[in-house]
Amino acid sequence: MRLRACQSHSEKDHCGLLRFVIPRGFRLQASNLGKNRHNLRVYNLIQPGNTFLVPDRGRPQVTRFHVNGKPVEVDVDPATPLLWVLRDSLGMTGTKFGCGMALCGACTVHLDGKALRSCVAPVSRVEGKRVTTIEGLSINLTHPLQRAWIELDVPQCGYCQSGQIMSAAVLLAENLKPSDEDIDEAMGGNICRCGTYPRIRKAIHRASELANAGRAK
Amino acid sequence: MSAPAMVGRREFIRTGAAMGGGLLVSLYAPLPGGSSSAPAAEEKDFALNAFVRIGTDESVTVISAHSEMGQGVYTSLPMLLNEELQANWSKIRVEPAPVDKVYNHPVFGMQMTGGSTTSPAEWERYRKMGATARIMLIEAAATKWGVQASTCRVEDGVVIHAATNKRATYGSLANAAARLTPPANVPLKNPKEFTLVGKPTLRLDTPSKTNGTAQFGLDVIVPGMLTAVVARPPVFGGKVAKLDAREALRVPGVKAVEQVPSGVAVIAERFWPAKLGREKLVIEWDLGPNAGLSTEKMLRDFRETALKPGAIAKKTGDPEAALKTAAKTVTAEYDVPYLAHAMMEPLNCVVDLRRDSCEIWTGTQFETVDRANAAHAAALPADRVLIHTTLLGGGFGRRANPNSDFVVEAVHVARAAKAPVKVVWTREDDLRGGWYRPMWHDRFVAGLDANGDPVAWTHTIVGQSIMQGTLFESFGIKDGIDSASVEGAADLLYGMPNLQVDLHTPKIGVPVQWWRSVGHSHTGFSVEAFFDEVAHAGGKDPYELRRKLLANQPRMKAVLELAAQKANWGSPLPPGVGRGIATHFSFDSYVAQVVEASVEKGGAVRVHRVVCALDCGLVINPDTVRAQIEGGIIFGLTAALKTEITLKDGRVEQGNFHDYQMLRIFESPEIEVHIVPSGENPTGVGEPGVPPVAPALANAIFAATGKRVRRLPIRASDLA
Repeated sequence: MRLRACQSHSEKDHCGLLRFVIPRGFRLQASNLGKNRHNLRVYNLIQPGNTFLVPDRGRPQVTRFHVNGKPVEVDVDPATPLLWVLRDSLGMTGTKFGCGMALCGACTVHLDGKALRSCVAPVSRVEGKRVTTIEGLSINLTHPLQRAWIELDVPQCGYCQSGQIMSAAVLLAENLKPSDEDIDEAMGGNICRCGTYPRIRKAIHRASELANAGRAK
Repeated sequence: MSAPAMVGRREFIRTGAAMGGGLLVSLYAPLPGGSSSAPAAEEKDFALNAFVRIGTDESVTVISAHSEMGQGVYTSLPMLLNEELQANWSKIRVEPAPVDKVYNHPVFGMQMTGGSTTSPAEWERYRKMGATARIMLIEAAATKWGVQASTCRVEDGVVIHAATNKRATYGSLANAAARLTPPANVPLKNPKEFTLVGKPTLRLDTPSKTNGTAQFGLDVIVPGMLTAVVARPPVFGGKVAKLDAREALRVPGVKAVEQVPSGVAVIAERFWPAKLGREKLVIEWDLGPNAGLSTEKMLRDFRETALKPGAIAKKTGDPEAALKTAAKTVTAEYDVPYLAHAMMEPLNCVVDLRRDSCEIWTGTQFETVDRANAAHAAALPADRVLIHTTLLGGGFGRRANPNSDFVVEAVHVARAAKAPVKVVWTREDDLRGGWYRPMWHDRFVAGLDANGDPVAWTHTIVGQSIMQGTLFESFGIKDGIDSASVEGAADLLYGMPNLQVDLHTPKIGVPVQWWRSVGHSHTGFSVEAFFDEVAHAGGKDPYELRRKLLANQPRMKAVLELAAQKANWGSPLPPGVGRGIATHFSFDSYVAQVVEASVEKGGAVRVHRVVCALDCGLVINPDTVRAQIEGGIIFGLTAALKTEITLKDGRVEQGNFHDYQMLRIFESPEIEVHIVPSGENPTGVGEPGVPPVAPALANAIFAATGKRVRRLPIRASDLA
């Protein structure tokens, strides 16, 4: 929504919210609504005299969540992608930046056990939630995926591998014996420019064996 | 910002042992086994030479003169060294070399990683360094025990004197050994006695690449560091005409907006505000002379140019006369586009510029060049510039920039920032930033005799020079021929009585650079796809014709035969599937590949299987060789099927992985790699896997559909 016209009428709220008052005489143009132009509810809201609160994008605000089991709080623009909060605010650089558009998977982390492309997820989205990064998978290299990755020497440059392993971990958690097709589907969002795909495939099968052997014990 | 649970940032800068009279500041190299703590105290670490240090804790630190960008040199170089040193392999760790002429590439005379040359060039030196150190350790033990050195032997990091049953570990001898004069002319093992080299060895860097501890340039954090992004001109060579930074400066976290020679830098506390700030910049650009560039027009120009004779790169026999008398001629033209390297780690560089020094952290392939260029930009003598080479999240040639573009820019930004600064390139910056594999056009005319055998072969190449105007010009350009433009064409291995290769080198304002396999990336495709056309025109089996014309090339003939045998050349295939074959000689290695592929109804290509045979001389780490070839094939398939950089109105039309698509796991074929056993010196491995795959695929598509592919990337619309 383009409400810059009325920004001068806003005041900073205590909880990091901006209070917008639609100025008198403001006439809504269809073009101002962007994608919402067919939404009558939005149209009715944006009428002169109405007041509403929006998150103050660009202004720091405290967000609390868990990373690898530890509580953290960061004071950043809540629109900041989780990736940059992890890397720049928390100094956790295992999660990688590759595209910024959820196209390559290098930034994959887990949000409550599901794969999340952290480069497009605003940190506000993980408020109160549990995030797992590559550093939290197993720093001691005991996770079956890490053991398989090492055994088959999967990485080359290694830059994409945090994301590859995090995507594979979600797959294995949901499917202990994935087929090649399951792997293709789960791993299709992760690019490796060095071309380690044949080894990633083999290593996921191997990790599945290791995990199943671990269970059988 | 507040971070109560600040994850402990490992201190990664540490002071190393004194070496070569100077203080060595080294970047912490990740250790095998996931150990992320700093190694034992450095003062107990003794340098036996510039390439190896031994600690009293028995740790053996091998200094890598070459950058690790995925090709495995952080394992293969220690393997070479330890073949002679004979320390306990589990004690080996690796550290990147600082910039010093002692680490210069033995062939190129500068510190660099490229041209698939690390193993061939270091094959001897690293073994010598290991042998020298071993002899010094033995000498130290012999002196201590008062025995003859020749009566001592070593085993797994221990010097043993059997007669007196004395044993001393390398760690206990390191201090004394480091004081000895290194011996000259050390004898080396006969390769037949190797116990480590040639054996599949797990990479030392893998553990750190599976738990997030591996440190790439983008991961470097320097105390007090700011982060910057740069708005660069939308057209190559453009300049800032007018800048309004007011809105950008209002973004919380943005500290400064400064003009630098390459554009406008937005300097902020962190990446995100820098990026938001850049979006708010209002810049009027003076677009300069390249605003009209269009690849479509270039394509037309290239095709016209190819009809005219170019500078002669190679001429044998009398091709003109042979073509006139030929029973049949075949003509074809091939096109390949500009390509970006698209390393997964976008370019970045950290610079701490002080009044009298400049410290740089980056993943580079070009330390000596970068140091010289950075020194010039910083107006400092080169010895005041310190470069820490980090792990590279892919290089493929992009991080070997003759102008050090990403390093020099960061120096300028650091000057403006007045603080340590990390310049980060977004994916869009990286793809639109130029320094591409050149666009190339290849035109062929071949003459066949009455038996269908080729008797004349002319090849006209049109494409920009990579080395022109760089410091490599004198080395790489002779008589107007850039060797990189004609490699793989002028050195054709096939016996051809009448051969001509000529070259046109248009000057175009698009910066170009080496890209994995360089000139071979176009000649491999065009020569081998055209060879297939010639074979079919003469009614020959493309495999048999290759065999015949490789009669005087036993090594290439052997890999060709091996690939064909492993792929069951000539055996029936499922309906719709075609088989194609290609060979290519590059970086002194011999490669042949067979591709099995089919084309779906809409023209989509499916690659089912790639069988590769190669002869790269003596193999150091067989599994790394296989990995490099697998990766090279996928890299080559991405170029064959997916990627092109195009320009319209001077602007690059692609920006991210939605319009510059990489091959993905579900498109990745089954790959088999067969290595020919060899006792010859090692040759290149990083690049030679790339060139043959596109032509083998094009030839497979012809076998499957009868349609010729003469332009990359292969378009579904060309095959539907």
